[in-house]
Amino acid sequence: MSQNTKHKAHITFTLNGEPTEVAFAPHKTLLEVLREDLSLTGTKHGCELGECGTCAVLVDGRSVLSCLVLGLDAEGRRVETVEGMADAAGLHPLQETFADTGAAQCGYCTPGFLLVAKELLAHNATPSREEIKEALSGNLCRCTGYIKIYEAVELAAARMRGEEAGLPRESVYGIE
Amino acid sequence: MSKTNGNNPNGRGKDFKVVGKPFRKVDARAKCTGQTLFADDIALPRMLYAKILRSPEPHALIKSIDTSKALAVPGVYAVITGKDLPIPYGILPVSQDEHALCVEKVRFIGDPVAAVAAVDEDTAFEAMKLIEVEYERLQTITNIEEAIMVDEPRIHEYGDGANVHKKVHLEFGDTEEGFREAEHVREDVFFYEGNTHLPMEQHAAVAHFDADDKLTLWSATQTPHYVHRALAKTLGLPAAHVRVIATPNGGGFGGKSDPFNHEIAVAKLSMLTRRPVKVTLTREEVFYCHRGRHPVLMKIKTGVRRDGAITAMDFESFLDGGAYGSYGVASTFYTGALQTVTYEVPRYRFKGLRAFTNKPPCGPKRGHGTPQPRFALEIHLDKIAEDLKLDPAEMRLRHLVKPDTVTANYLRIGSMGLGTCIEKVVEGSDWKSKFSNWDRTKRRLPEGKGIGVACSSYICGAGLPIYWNSMPHSGVQLGLDRQGGVRVQCGSTDIGQGSDSVLAYVVAEVLGIDPFDIRVLTADTDLTPVDLGSYSSRVTLMTGNAAIQAAERARELLSIAVAEKLSVPVENLAFAERRVFDVENPDVGVTFAEAVVLAESKFGTIGTVGSYTPPRSPGRFKGAGVGPSPAYSYSACVAEVDVDAQTGFVTVERVWIAHDIGRSINPMLVMGQVEGSVYMGLGEALMEEMIYRANRNVVHKFPSLLEYKSPTTLEMCDVKTYLVEDADPNGPFGAKEVGQGPLLPVMPAVANAVYDAVGVRVDEVPITPEKVLKALQAKAQGKDARYGPKGVPTVDWQEPLKVLTPAEGGDGREMPRVAVHS
Ligand code: FES
Ligand code: FES
Repeated sequence: MSQNTKHKAHITFTLNGEPTEVAFAPHKTLLEVLREDLSLTGTKHGCELGECGTCAVLVDGRSVLSCLVLGLDAEGRRVETVEGMADAAGLHPLQETFADTGAAQCGYCTPGFLLVAKELLAHNATPSREEIKEALSGNLCRCTGYIKIYEAVELAAARMRGEEAGLPRESVYGIE
Repeated sequence: MSKTNGNNPNGRGKDFKVVGKPFRKVDARAKCTGQTLFADDIALPRMLYAKILRSPEPHALIKSIDTSKALAVPGVYAVITGKDLPIPYGILPVSQDEHALCVEKVRFIGDPVAAVAAVDEDTAFEAMKLIEVEYERLQTITNIEEAIMVDEPRIHEYGDGANVHKKVHLEFGDTEEGFREAEHVREDVFFYEGNTHLPMEQHAAVAHFDADDKLTLWSATQTPHYVHRALAKTLGLPAAHVRVIATPNGGGFGGKSDPFNHEIAVAKLSMLTRRPVKVTLTREEVFYCHRGRHPVLMKIKTGVRRDGAITAMDFESFLDGGAYGSYGVASTFYTGALQTVTYEVPRYRFKGLRAFTNKPPCGPKRGHGTPQPRFALEIHLDKIAEDLKLDPAEMRLRHLVKPDTVTANYLRIGSMGLGTCIEKVVEGSDWKSKFSNWDRTKRRLPEGKGIGVACSSYICGAGLPIYWNSMPHSGVQLGLDRQGGVRVQCGSTDIGQGSDSVLAYVVAEVLGIDPFDIRVLTADTDLTPVDLGSYSSRVTLMTGNAAIQAAERARELLSIAVAEKLSVPVENLAFAERRVFDVENPDVGVTFAEAVVLAESKFGTIGTVGSYTPPRSPGRFKGAGVGPSPAYSYSACVAEVDVDAQTGFVTVERVWIAHDIGRSINPMLVMGQVEGSVYMGLGEALMEEMIYRANRNVVHKFPSLLEYKSPTTLEMCDVKTYLVEDADPNGPFGAKEVGQGPLLPVMPAVANAVYDAVGVRVDEVPITPEKVLKALQAKAQGKDARYGPKGVPTVDWQEPLKVLTPAEGGDGREMPRVAVHS
């Protein structure tokens, strides 16, 4: 498998809401196709072995590890990456709350967490802390200790339900 | 001139507009939209990809390397070996013992041997596999004991004998006298297994040797300044022709603090091919890069009075350094440095030894060399408290180091908020009603549930630079734009801790503008003044102070121009809300942009600089360079655990942690650092370990994210955090560090809680179910209810370097050596 690979695969799919065509070496993973052939480097990698969740994207609304699927498998599907979460109207509520709570420290794991959290909130508008932990348990973060991430998801869920919500004082300043 | 008194903790107190407020980070939205460009996100036209061939042998001579087959692969542009990069390097001047590609021998499985640049990653990989290397195996040195025993072969030709890299022996005051004064003397042995940083981002670098023969390297590094030095040295280029840009690090934790072989290799490949070359390490290679926590075997002996007051302490540490020097000499000293900064230790002796072994090199990980001795010390104190039947929290509280004093080993303590930290966690955790006062017959918590306490301290930046010089450790340049924009330039590197944001907050505070009006430009050796790097928790304190100085100088220029225009005294001017105005008559003023125009009209283009050099340390003896810091942060921690006596499984249910931050520049980011530290501490306490198969050629046991266990959301405990603000006169606005300190007390607090829960001591980390079960079995059989090391190797220590303590009238210098025979 080298530059000698003559025949490229060619697929058509919906990427972040736009019809997209792309040609690539057929053995490439969706992760590689997104990053290398479509220049969408927002999707990250920490292992390329399905062990860290960093590369998660949504395919037809369901989170998948893009390092474990072939680009070919995206044919005809709806793929969403972190680049598709914000639109002209602004950031997705999860992106806002991740930014506002410091849930993104180095930010390397953030795209994966955002997409898995988005999937969770699509099915569950009022997730409990336990449900959030469960949903995010396949994503590793070495910086935050996950706590600000839970808080960001809870805050976004509340705001998406139309509630005016902020972080508890204790989460920002510590216990008095 | 109006002064903000940035360095005066009582400065403007409650008037702060930015400091102490939970602003977003300046790069937060970029990170949440996928716009932040990490090193592997960079793609340049005509870029080649590099792969590095690594040794499958732990210790061997390289007899020959044949690269012809690799070079013949279509799409391969260059193949290099050690011959192409003969100049050694290393982070410390005393340990220039690495080659980008091994020259004569390999020293661990994973040591780099050759590198290929090809048109794509797959081609490079194919070609790499065609490189033929002939090795002649040497005996491997797999552990500390072997390193001390085996004279030949030597892994390196330098060091303190056999395979010992470094041996130190320091004595502060007459410790024997101290032990004679003691009413109780206790000795314990501990082991801290090595573990690794595991940043989510794999190391990556892109090199471009351009048409002007200038080299640019983008790299995921915490220390662009030191990479700059190493590149110039190893490539033989004038430093002025080398530019290093540290990309935002996708996690560092110390693991991206050394100059790395892959950085040098891609630079060389780019020079040879005259094309940009990228390398991205696989996760397995990241494990081989390592530079993580040293495994350390420790013996500690302490003399105390009946009330727990320490009369003398003797500490011995044995570090398994792996195959190269890295930061190891500093790590060795750090295992003996900070024992004295929490509780009064009037007399203190330290012996430290670092061994070379045929394993990936160890280096600095969060807490650099101090979590291991802290683990030992805090469990040892728990045992002493039990011997003396004292409450371990109260015993600690009673003997705290006093603020504004100098310790026996000449560390100058400034602010010291540990007492308040202990009080907070004791109260918050309801310690008094949970702790059973060492009486297992009258337990307050049910059997299997336990509570433990531990404390710690960490430096806020090293007092001395790695290369000794008298230049600043941190520099900041400010440029003011006539439309009101402000540009901050600084060599510091954002590794996720928020250092870019700290620069913006501090400058915004002083100039009365919004932090988001500021353009922060960092970590580029061409464009930013030197900052030594993101290590030793130095960045907030040092860059913060440099930024305050630069901003105050800009403020002074603006003040003079505005005062003249408004005809008000300079002292009357205030800077706030993007305005400069008369405090007595706030309507009289100009916008910040108008102020810049006035100043530029009067003085010309407005730019200022600021820099920071730490205060001189009182220690003058050899070895006094490690430990001094402008300030020390303090943490106290209580952990509550559940131990399943059937399985040995330990669940940490909750951690209460209080951290003396001096002052929070941004409390929300401080909270994030505390929580992240507790998380990482939890991983070290219970599961993380970097271990090797000694009988299988010293191969790493599990170089993968799946097998190297780290906490997921399901293991992470609940955290109750208290921020203690005891402003330090040396900190910017009184701030101290938070990135590393709060990790330190977690491991011993968990170990002490396990003891409280089931009555067995696990004197090593990680505290795995297997170890707990073994200790429980020993207890059931009436043996020592403990799992841990039995002793330390016997070593022929040199005579100590003796220093009189300040209390004994010492001046910080070593005493003249006299022949001592006993
Ligand atoms: S990169 Fe780690 S799971 Fe895909
Ligand atoms: S924010 Fe750094 S890994 Fe999650």
